[in-house]
Amino acid sequence: MELFTNQVLAGIATGAIYACMALAVVMIYQAIDHLNFAQGEMAMFSTFISWQLMQWGVSYWAAFLITLAFSFVAGIAIERILFKPLAKAPVLTNVAGFIALYAIINSSAGLLWDFTIKQYPTPFGSAPFLGSQLISTHQAGMIGVTVLLLLGLYFFFQYTRIGLAMRAAASVPESARLVGINTSWMIALGWGMATAIGSIAGMLIAPVVFLEPNMMGGVLIYGFAAAVLGGLTSPFGAVVGGFLVGIFENLAGTYIPGVGNELKLPIALALIISVLVVKPAGLFGRHIVKRV
Amino acid sequence: MSAAEEVVAEGHQAVEAVPKRAMTLGTGTSLVVLAALIIAPVFVKNFIIFQMTMLLIYGLAVLALNILTGGSGQFSLGQSAFYAVGAYTTAVLMEHFNVNYALTLPVAGVVCFGFGFLFGQPALRLSGVYLALATFALATAMPQLLKLNFLEHWTGGVQGLVVTKPDAPFGLPMSQDMWLYYFTLVVTIAIYIFAVNLLRSRSGRAFMAIRDNEIAASAMGVDVALYKTLAFGVSAAITGIAGSLGAIAVQFVAPDSYTITLAISLFLGMVVGGVGWLPGSIVGAAFIIFVPNIAEGISKGLSGAVFGVLLFLVIYLVPHGARQVAILGQQLAGKLRKT
Repeated sequence: MELFTNQVLAGIATGAIYACMALAVVMIYQAIDHLNFAQGEMAMFSTFISWQLMQWGVSYWAAFLITLAFSFVAGIAIERILFKPLAKAPVLTNVAGFIALYAIINSSAGLLWDFTIKQYPTPFGSAPFLGSQLISTHQAGMIGVTVLLLLGLYFFFQYTRIGLAMRAAASVPESARLVGINTSWMIALGWGMATAIGSIAGMLIAPVVFLEPNMMGGVLIYGFAAAVLGGLTSPFGAVVGGFLVGIFENLAGTYIPGVGNELKLPIALALIISVLVVKPAGLFGRHIVKRV
Repeated sequence: MSAAEEVVAEGHQAVEAVPKRAMTLGTGTSLVVLAALIIAPVFVKNFIIFQMTMLLIYGLAVLALNILTGGSGQFSLGQSAFYAVGAYTTAVLMEHFNVNYALTLPVAGVVCFGFGFLFGQPALRLSGVYLALATFALATAMPQLLKLNFLEHWTGGVQGLVVTKPDAPFGLPMSQDMWLYYFTLVVTIAIYIFAVNLLRSRSGRAFMAIRDNEIAASAMGVDVALYKTLAFGVSAAITGIAGSLGAIAVQFVAPDSYTITLAISLFLGMVVGGVGWLPGSIVGAAFIIFVPNIAEGISKGLSGAVFGVLLFLVIYLVPHGARQVAILGQQLAGKLRKT
């Protein structure tokens, strides 16, 4: 039983990361209707920026805030410079653009900071949390930050004018434009926020997976999986999906014989596909009724 | 509005509608390309012949994806899985059962057809990004599955299997590379003709109806489930044949040759060639084979970034891929003729 609770708690902790990543994926998906395949690399690059700042002697929280601001601006810049010209291009061309962005960021990070694995500090420490052996303070901190982030986003989208405008621009762009919302800038804002959220995910997971240019590969796949499982139209669903994927992945690795670390990912993905076959819009997704 | 502008304007659809006639080259152009492909190997070195063989093989795989995406509007990031199954079918048959290499191709095709058809069943309920994720999962799982212990006796586990390259038959005075090139060329042409005819047939029209409007198609009596899975099956079969040719050409199969990177390359090839334009498959294949080499040549450390920038350039200049270039060329030729 102790093994079980242990694995569930560890699953919740990694699930918090997947939840952050899934949240970033959903943010962009809401804004532009595409899955951003370069999201993980963008988060990785941001994490490297914060690491570099700390190498230069900036304190953790200052580096954290500067990185957030940098990611926000960088996200907007990427949308304005690279993807706005592609807005009218076919969907699949956009996907190719994301793959190109992935290659560019990954390769530049490799050149700037090379491929050696780096330690990344945790602001919470790695001692056992509240004297419990089950979960470390860093894991507890990851869960806490994710929950705060989610609450913040909820209030932003529910109770602020800009949040409302963004939701309007995402759901019915034509009508939003008619009531005077600058939908083009709402998309850019969505990119900025998604990049900032991604950078939080990157900085939180870096102490666990260590810092290197390919660190987000696996995390992004789980993030996608979580977002799709929870429903791409629901930020809340994405977070729940993230925790579910984290827990399931850990339990499958522990209890299904022959799975181990190698087959964890395929098993997690197989579960998600089974869920999707039963509930194609994801667990919390809005079912979109198509018009003939 | 000109044809090219029309193509640009309708960009909001998931997969743009390509009319049946616009899917192929004219007869004259086809014959010129064919002649060039037949004559070229006589003048070049063996290594270049090998690269041309790989070009045809990847071209086939991109063509298969094109039938699925450009034809029936379904999006797949899992083609590497079918490619791997084809490659392994050939390798296992040749090494464990001493089957002639040419005979392994139809077997690989049939095996992959079944595989694709079965995978198409659960995928039926998914569309767009959800389908992309499902196929993506298949592609990530495949290398791991090939490494499984109880399959190791057949698949060679992590080490993979070595495949013997066939000699030219009937004592023809040809190098192995050249023979394999012509063999691949014949298979490619046969499959290309099959693909063109398939898309022009009743089934092809059903694919396109589903692509353009699934609900309208089903209202008109198209069996959506059947044709969607059929498209998956045909696409998988052709990818599988490309995979077996690839195994023979490279003389080696190993799980890590068939990762998600391959699936992404094939996808890029389709976009660069033009979604739904069959001759574009070869252009796309050329892009994914040669551009990484060019990028490496420009800068070793930044090859990924250079590749990304080149890819961005291509999609900015021609968001609809090589097809757009072909349409512009045709219009230009038409204008010149008039004046």
